[in-house]
Amino acid sequence: MGSYLIRRLLIGIPVLIGVTLINFLIINLAPGSPADLYLTPTSTSADVVRVEAELGLDQPIFVQYFHWLVRLFHGDLGVSFQNRAPVTELLAERLGPTLLLMGTSLVVAYLIAVPIGILAARKKNSPTDYTVVGAAFLGISVPHFFLGLVLIYVFALELGWLPTGNMITLGRGGGFADRVNHLILPVAVLATATAANMTRYVRSSMIDAFGQDYIRTAKAKGLGLSTITNKHALRNALIPVVTVIGIDLSALIGGAIVTEQIFQWPGIGLLTIQSIGARDYSVLMGINLIAAVAVFGANLLTDIAYAVVDPRVAYA
Amino acid sequence: MTTTEPLLQVRNLKKYYPIRKGVIARTVGQVRAVDDVSFDVHPGETLGIVGESGCGKSTTGRAILRLETPTAGSVIFEGTDIATLSAGTMRRRRTDLQMVFQDPYSSLNPQIRIGDLLAEPLIAHHRLKRAAAQARAAEIIQVVGLPRLYLNRYPHELSGGQRQRVGIARALMLEPKLIVCDEPVSALDVSIQAQVLNLLKDLQGEFGLTYVFISHGLGAIKYISDRIVVMYLGKVMEVATTQEIFTAPRHPYTEILLDAYPEANPHLRDRPRIIVEGDVPSPAKPPAGCVFHTRCPSAQAICTTEIPRLSTDAHPVACHFPLLASKNGKVES
Amino acid sequence: MTLTEKPGTAGTADAVVPDSAAAALGRERSSAGFVVRRFLRHRMAVAGLVIVALMVLTAALAPLLAPHDPNQIFGSFEAAPSADHLLGTDAVGRDVLSRLIYGARVSMSVGVGAVAVYVLIGVLFGLLAGYYGRWVDSVIMRITDVFMSFPYFMVILILVSILGPSLLTIIVVIGFLAWPMIARLVRGSVLSIKQTDYVQAGVALGYSTPRILFRHILPNALSPIIVNATFGVAQAIILESGLSFLGMGVRPPAASWGNMLSEAQSITVLSSQPWIWIPPGLMILLAVLSINFVGDGLRDSLESRSYT
Repeated sequence: MGSYLIRRLLIGIPVLIGVTLINFLIINLAPGSPADLYLTPTSTSADVVRVEAELGLDQPIFVQYFHWLVRLFHGDLGVSFQNRAPVTELLAERLGPTLLLMGTSLVVAYLIAVPIGILAARKKNSPTDYTVVGAAFLGISVPHFFLGLVLIYVFALELGWLPTGNMITLGRGGGFADRVNHLILPVAVLATATAANMTRYVRSSMIDAFGQDYIRTAKAKGLGLSTITNKHALRNALIPVVTVIGIDLSALIGGAIVTEQIFQWPGIGLLTIQSIGARDYSVLMGINLIAAVAVFGANLLTDIAYAVVDPRVAYA
Repeated sequence: MTTTEPLLQVRNLKKYYPIRKGVIARTVGQVRAVDDVSFDVHPGETLGIVGESGCGKSTTGRAILRLETPTAGSVIFEGTDIATLSAGTMRRRRTDLQMVFQDPYSSLNPQIRIGDLLAEPLIAHHRLKRAAAQARAAEIIQVVGLPRLYLNRYPHELSGGQRQRVGIARALMLEPKLIVCDEPVSALDVSIQAQVLNLLKDLQGEFGLTYVFISHGLGAIKYISDRIVVMYLGKVMEVATTQEIFTAPRHPYTEILLDAYPEANPHLRDRPRIIVEGDVPSPAKPPAGCVFHTRCPSAQAICTTEIPRLSTDAHPVACHFPLLASKNGKVES
Repeated sequence: MTLTEKPGTAGTADAVVPDSAAAALGRERSSAGFVVRRFLRHRMAVAGLVIVALMVLTAALAPLLAPHDPNQIFGSFEAAPSADHLLGTDAVGRDVLSRLIYGARVSMSVGVGAVAVYVLIGVLFGLLAGYYGRWVDSVIMRITDVFMSFPYFMVILILVSILGPSLLTIIVVIGFLAWPMIARLVRGSVLSIKQTDYVQAGVALGYSTPRILFRHILPNALSPIIVNATFGVAQAIILESGLSFLGMGVRPPAASWGNMLSEAQSITVLSSQPWIWIPPGLMILLAVLSINFVGDGLRDSLESRSYT
């Protein structure tokens, strides 16, 4: 187990280097140069050469990469092309709302998916099961933006129950109830796909677990279905569920971009869209790097969690 | 038998598998699947290799064909060491050496019709057109006793025995000199086994084939082999003609192996049995000295320290205390 | 396939644990007729296939089916559905139904095009990694790890914005980003298939490596690839419509379901002109749902294990 853990971490090092390298290469692919920040329309070509030399832009690309990496380790992600604020500051400002949105969605998705998945598995091939499976298919197939628009149309515009967007009511908002009200629709959008995906996972792994010999043995011993579900099947069914969380972070980030745009939720996703509109690549690369490291970390944790839940993995 | 030049000489063949452990997967030990094996195969003969599962007989067969890369040693076929040939040269050389696999269910690609399975070797090696290769396949399939219409069938439409005939036919397509038969009848019903063995015998006469016949079953080995190599834990215990092995074994292990072989003659069933204790040791930790000493009824002190060499006489045996030819347990009653 | 391998990142629709390698082994393989019969038992999958077929047909015959030129501007903009414009007109005064019909072309070509690109790349890398093993395998697997560490929608968004949004850019970008999951899938299958006796027999028969890879290994690894690619088509359609919705995909005046929906970002359109945004939204949903059902039916009929 210990050596598996160390090996898995060591494998992560080249992957992490690859992530930063690709990120750096995309920055260089993007139009616009960091030198532009220090130049004005009246700058001469001599000024350009001077500024590029000061910034190290005249050096070979791998030297630039190395310098970029060193700055990265000092927590320096560069400066926004658009408003000249440090990228880390912009990110820090937006991280909270996004974490709130994604975290709430994940919890909600989990709370829906696990009981419903188990229910469907226990009533396999019944009308209940078919309804769950059908709803799950609908959930994974509906695009975030369409679902978002429909929800705004119904609950905000037609019924007027909930706000159309933003995190708080401008001017007078900010109370707990107000925040919850603003959170409901975006969370509903973001949690749908995750819940649908997870429901299918839970259902199929529970069905799988119910078919195993040790579950049949438990039945033969006269244990009730609830005991079997809780004590035996559920624990084994958790293994694939662990995976969904790992995979879903990537999908969740994608969903958050669209959801935040629709609901004008002031998080990283909205910052992404705004930066794309402004072609602010230094901010985009900062976001991309943070997100990639997060996904990388989630993948790593998933593998480790796997090994913890199922020790055989460590010996594979 | 020794008058002719051997077709195949296996010399000091070794195949070790590393056991890896830890973070950087360093090698902490080795499984000695095949450990210093030598024997000759003469043109036109059938050499049987017999031993319990895990004794390295299959690995030996696969190493001869370079399906496993030998750790050390040489495999000299018609004067050329094929263990060291380049991949490309070896690929062309493979027309002379073929294999019949144990499991006729998994050795035929399930997605390809029998006709194409048989034609493919000719297309790959001799650049024959599909029609010409198919025509040759139609001849060969009849040689192995199957009707031509089977050419259009998929492997799963055939029975086990029929599939093994296809496997044999495929091995014949390139007109090889040597065929390694790796337990070719073990996966078949007993009633089918004899048919396939007879087919192999007939084909040997017809095409002048040489066989290396690997089996754990003494019945099949006795029926088809001219000479027999007895293996235990990756090592050769004894090499002799079938007649000598079955009537005058010199290695205690051979004697025990024969003892476990059910006797067809009921009058001979009352002979005293040799009881062997313990399991086969792990090839990852073979015993020091003679690998068989942990289970040998006649083991002495020297057996635990010194590895017995295969003797160089007419009936080679690797034992410090070989049984005397006159005194063997088999024919006493 | 070991447990540490996760199903593909981009394939979020593809949720069930893939156990495809086992199905691809030498076990009695279902003949084509058997697969078709099993597929036909899935009513939803058959319905999905019919709908997908109709959509492909619509895309192909768009010029014949559309009542108007999709880019023709009529005097009455934002007009409600009428006999002349069955689904009304949009903010610029173009016929919504005609644009909807032409939009099918974008969705179908992105789906098929992007998946074709990444299946090709993924199969190649997967075959190489699985067959050669050792350092080739390690290098390719680390590359897939790197690719799978990037949140794909964000990277696609950034790359498309750098390269300039267009149909071709989307196809190429998705194609070059989404291959790792196919590569892992193929690698897993190859690892188990190359141990089979029929591949060993191919080596013993002196077949060349390409012959073994493409004639003996790949055909037996096809089932999971087909299933995964089907879900991938649905995924690509969602991605394109999302990008177009955000203005980073197919750009107007060309019609795409995604960019038709983006008009609904205005509250007026959203609240009082539902004919502009509900039809394209429903089309995307219908297309994706149908393809997902087809994929599910295929998984069940091609592979031995299935749950949904």
